[in-house]
Amino acid sequence: MNTNYIKKDKLLTVEITEEIDHHIVEKIRRKVDDEITRYMPRKAIFDFSRVSFMDSAGIGMIIGRYKMMKLIGGEMEIININPNVKRILEMSGISKIITMKEKRAS
Amino acid sequence: MYDNEMKLEFLSKSSNEAFARITVAAFVSVLDPTIEELADIKTAVSEAVTNCIIHGYEDAEGIVKIKARIIKNTVEIEISDTGKGIENVELARKPLYTTKANLERSGMGFTIMESFMDEVDIDSVLGLGTKITMRKKIKKHLVDIEKEEIASLGGVC
Ligand SMILES: Nc1ncnc2c1ncn2[C@@H]1O[C@H](COP(=O)(O)OP(=O)(O)OP(=O)(O)O)[C@@H](O)[C@H]1O
Ligand SMILES: [Mg+2]
Repeated sequence: MNTNYIKKDKLLTVEITEEIDHHIVEKIRRKVDDEITRYMPRKAIFDFSRVSFMDSAGIGMIIGRYKMMKLIGGEMEIININPNVKRILEMSGISKIITMKEKRAS
Repeated sequence: MYDNEMKLEFLSKSSNEAFARITVAAFVSVLDPTIEELADIKTAVSEAVTNCIIHGYEDAEGIVKIKARIIKNTVEIEISDTGKGIENVELARKPLYTTKANLERSGMGFTIMESFMDEVDIDSVLGLGTKITMRKKIKKHLVDIEKEEIASLGGVC
């Protein structure tokens, strides 16, 4: 299992449970899109609390899902981002268009 | 002579991307890098290896080679394929430039390699393949520097 889904009040939380690279993105992309098109959430929340690594494949994946949420008139958010993943998101400019919340202090 | 050297060869399967970055990180760990330095190296390796697989071989089967060396506190990593090569290296380095936008690539791979490593050289010949050489100096921790200072003081006394 690479992803978990929680659906509540038209909020879809997608928890990714592995390092995000090209290999994993190829595996999860279609599943995430299926969940979105079936549930039609008003907001998709990507929970990155278990994502310890992400490379540029993650940037492409996030932008693709952002476009999809736009298309159905919904919003997108990424939560619990670790500092290394945050650097990549900032470099890509995604942080300017998508709401991001850092990892809660534990 | 290098302080240490290793070579790795594997099939251009996407499942080997994690294997490659974890192996290089383990090799580099003798330099006692910080978590951030290790993340930089893992990310740069992941970018270069993924490029060999999706652009060099375009998902056909090929061999990806990695050679890593430690020279004092610097790590040098060569990642190469014998795939299709890059037509315009200057263009390829530009942020957001990608020839595979249809595959949801963002064109940020080289930009990430360049910002996470000290140097990134690209050697590519159309039809023959591509070799990326990256170098990064691992900074000494403050505690190590203090230890050395104490040791050198000991020599004086
Ligand atoms: N090993 C390679 N063999 C052939 N072409 C390559 C290779 N590496 C990179 N390229 C070319 O350089 C371009 C830029 O590479 P870069 O890694 O910056 O972006 P990308 O791979 O397209 O997207 P991203 O890395 O953000 O997913 C690629 O689109 C490709 O055309
Ligand atoms: Mg790339």
